[in-house]
Amino acid sequence: MTLPQAAGLLLAFIARLVTGAQGHWYGSPPKAVQRIYFANHQSHFDLVLIWAALPHELRAITRPIAARDYWTKTPFKAWITREIFNAVYVQRGRVAEQDAHGAEPEDPLEPLMEALKAGDSLVIFPEGTRGSSHEPSAFKSGLFYLAQAYPDVELIPAWIDNVQRVMPKGEVVPVPILCSVTFGAPLARTDAESKGDFLARARAAVLALREVA
Amino acid sequence: MGALRDLAVRQQVALLFVLLFGLLGAAGLWSFFRSLRPADTTEHLKRVQRLRNLRALSMGSLLFWVCWASGAFVSTLLFGVVSFLALREYVTLTHTRRGDHRSLLLAFFVVLPFQYVLVGTRHYDLFMVFIPVYMFLAIPVVSAFGNDPERFLERTAKIQWGIMVCVYGLSHAPALLLLSLPRYNDRGPFLVLYLVAVVVTAQLVQRKATGWLQRQPSAPAISHSFSARAWLIGAFAAAWVGALLYWATPLQPIPALLLGFVAGGSGTLGELVMKALKRDAGVRTWGAGASVTGAVGLLDRVAPLCFAAPVFFHATRWHFSA
Repeated sequence: MTLPQAAGLLLAFIARLVTGAQGHWYGSPPKAVQRIYFANHQSHFDLVLIWAALPHELRAITRPIAARDYWTKTPFKAWITREIFNAVYVQRGRVAEQDAHGAEPEDPLEPLMEALKAGDSLVIFPEGTRGSSHEPSAFKSGLFYLAQAYPDVELIPAWIDNVQRVMPKGEVVPVPILCSVTFGAPLARTDAESKGDFLARARAAVLALREVA
Repeated sequence: MGALRDLAVRQQVALLFVLLFGLLGAAGLWSFFRSLRPADTTEHLKRVQRLRNLRALSMGSLLFWVCWASGAFVSTLLFGVVSFLALREYVTLTHTRRGDHRSLLLAFFVVLPFQYVLVGTRHYDLFMVFIPVYMFLAIPVVSAFGNDPERFLERTAKIQWGIMVCVYGLSHAPALLLLSLPRYNDRGPFLVLYLVAVVVTAQLVQRKATGWLQRQPSAPAISHSFSARAWLIGAFAAAWVGALLYWATPLQPIPALLLGFVAGGSGTLGELVMKALKRDAGVRTWGAGASVTGAVGLLDRVAPLCFAAPVFFHATRWHFSA
């Protein structure tokens, strides 16, 4: 066993001890097919939680998305996201486009497209930033473009419950409170749907899981 | 009885556990053969419930056995873990706010470990006052620094209550294991077994008596079944079982009877209080169905012990010092 694998098991154990990290599967079984899991975003701990809630076998082929500015700030965070989560880094916001070197703005979706092309599953948080209220804010368009580019990939909505109580914004140490991740049925694909309609439907699918959970 | 008394204490305790696990194994076999017969839905649900109870009972017995076999360090550690899981479940059910974060950290990562260190090192004087006195005052101070006045008293009280029940109450079980009384060294497991037997008797008899009496419930909004008379019958049954078990404890028959009544009665009252808490949190069933956060119903199972253990512990100590 390599060091990242051992550290991964340890981290999953801690996440389960602190939050329970229960994964409930309604409408889609945990299967090793290519998927995009999209979930509400309330805390940086979301990433760890949804990763720990996945069965061990799926963690290896599922790559969560991590904000480059936060998760590469310290060498430790960078190591965790790179070696344990095998995360895909993305730039947040439009700031990235006005690059200091005047270089060409990188398409923020480019790394995600590459990961999907390689056959990996993804975990994304389409709200972009952490919401502070109970309602998730409107979804960013990234999910729509990914879904269009890869029509065969299953889109699985997920609702993460309680996590904002575990680690509110600005806190470092998590409080032990039980959390759950509810995975729903794959989002149906319909042709000729506008971007706005699709994103509203995806958001509704995530919200609907709050009632199921 | 004579032959039993000649055995060393360690052998007696070992025999006790052999008996216990034998009974559990027999019960397991019986329910396995029962499960081979076809059943309708209600019967099936009953069986599932019975299996869950049996599993919980086995886990509990295993916990006590490991505690006894491995000494003070491991037993305090194990009860500490159970305490942690119970408190985690309790906090999940109560509504805390952002400002409570630091108080909760204090509760989980300072108060809980320190209380069990005190038990493990047998510092009984500090163990008894650490939470009710020092932490009673420290928690609101930390909460005040959370800078959130909304429902301040309510939130603080909830955290304090959770610590009292899940940490302070439960930590009395390993304290009983480690308690050394005059002429009664290393027999803690008998005291704990006495306590568990008495509490379980009170619960079972009360449940039977409820079905048999068909009384008006005393607090219908909280529990459909709890009635004062059924409670009294349960507590009396506990007293009788306690008196019958007196030879295993350092107690004389009459004190064993009284302590059985007190411990059994407070255990079933603890169950009632937990039901009230569940109603408050809006949870109908714990564990059986899929609850929001995956609470497994541990709190339900340990609540009677959390209430009975401190009462029994202090009554026993008082009895021997008086």
